[in-house]
Amino acid sequence: MPAVSVKNLRKVYQGGAEALRGVTLEVEEGDFFALLGPNGAGKTTLIGIVTSLINKTSGEVSVFDMDIDKNRSLAKTCIGLVPQEFNFNIFEKVEDIITTQAGYYGIPLVQAKKDAEPILKDLGLWEKKGETSQNLSGGMKRRLMIARALIHHPKLLILDEPTAGVDVEMRHSMWNFLRRINAEGTTIILTTHYLEEAEQLSRNVAIINKGTILVNEPTKQLLARYGEKNLEQIYLDLIKAENI
Amino acid sequence: MRKEFVRIMRIWSQTLLPPVITSSLYFIVFGGFIGSQLAPIDGYSYMQFIVPGLIMMSVITSAYTNTVSTFYFAKFVRNIEEILVSPTPDWVVVAGFVSGGVMRGLMVGALVLVVSLFFTHLAIFNIAVLLAVILLTAILFSLAGLINGVFAKGFDGISIVPTFVLTPLTYLGGIFYSIEQFPQFWQNVSLANPILYMVNAFRYGFLGITDISLWICFAVLLGMSLFFILVVLYLFREGIGVKH
Repeated sequence: MPAVSVKNLRKVYQGGAEALRGVTLEVEEGDFFALLGPNGAGKTTLIGIVTSLINKTSGEVSVFDMDIDKNRSLAKTCIGLVPQEFNFNIFEKVEDIITTQAGYYGIPLVQAKKDAEPILKDLGLWEKKGETSQNLSGGMKRRLMIARALIHHPKLLILDEPTAGVDVEMRHSMWNFLRRINAEGTTIILTTHYLEEAEQLSRNVAIINKGTILVNEPTKQLLARYGEKNLEQIYLDLIKAENI
Repeated sequence: MRKEFVRIMRIWSQTLLPPVITSSLYFIVFGGFIGSQLAPIDGYSYMQFIVPGLIMMSVITSAYTNTVSTFYFAKFVRNIEEILVSPTPDWVVVAGFVSGGVMRGLMVGALVLVVSLFFTHLAIFNIAVLLAVILLTAILFSLAGLINGVFAKGFDGISIVPTFVLTPLTYLGGIFYSIEQFPQFWQNVSLANPILYMVNAFRYGFLGITDISLWICFAVLLGMSLFFILVVLYLFREGIGVKH
């Protein structure tokens, strides 16, 4: 069963900018899927539509076979989103941020506190649970975003540039964490500008530019097809060819 | 509710204190200095006459300000997205924001009531009317604040309506006078001000006097509340102001 199925998805913003031009895409359950593309390619719009943050113009989107127009609430329970920008209240404490989020998914406070403990420990934030988020470092804030997205145990985790501004050591630690939860069954969709990250982590990759999917295939297959080139070189070639 | 209560108490010097100080000044200046020179209205001293209206004014302002600022801030820092991606039904989201406004409105109203007792004595004529009017008014203006927050595109957008619409309507809403003191033409003009109905119904709860039939006051309150509920639910369903 596909975790995400997108058919002929179009998005035209007010003012006429066409962000998605009939995108069709499938992400299989259990996959670690990288969605790559330059700024303004349509990645965030695509994620926004899947997560119901953006209204689509036309096309079909389903999450675990649930159409987001017909079964929106059920589809939403399956998704955890780590947005690009920090968007928590900086005056709230780490634990409160997590438990409030759990409340949005109908998890009672007592249960949320229990559920938060292993997640915060896994992400090295347990000692900081009483701190307000403004006192956390950039890397800790990134991990807090992941912890918040995982509190309701989503089957699908969507990460929009989760390691932006994170140091190398922390990035590797986050990679390990993501690999582990993927191995445990969580489907992951990752957008990133660090192509090494996508190469290291993803089993399948799609490259999008100007609202159109240029490539969508297994990462290994793509790398094999281009011989000696790494993902970054392949990506640059494809984008350059597209822009000519 | 819990989150809002914590926020209101954390910044009590911004949320609870200012209306108490403003109302105290009204009691001293209007009720004390000027009111002592005026003849009783319907058998009540001027101070007694203005207390219900001043409580109502603080409830209206606090309820409105709370939802407009909370909702706009959630949009500004984009943590509204965490609610939008969750399966929380629209009516629960609306109820959450509105209950925060109602809570702050009632807390401020109770504080102003306590302060007023230092200046005059008050009897309660009809507690059921009193509680129904204050609750409905707090709900109505919390909804109005939420609508303002939905459409606000900047911090200017959350202050324009309170400054240029709400404040004049409140001052002209019969807090400081009975419309029976006006010529017929201005009495008719005053009837177009919805706040007049709330102030009069609330004054009836305390003093047993009103310029307008209680039934009409409740019809206006209930009718407007219902209309605003429908408007807010429509805005949330369509994602107006929050989705692209």
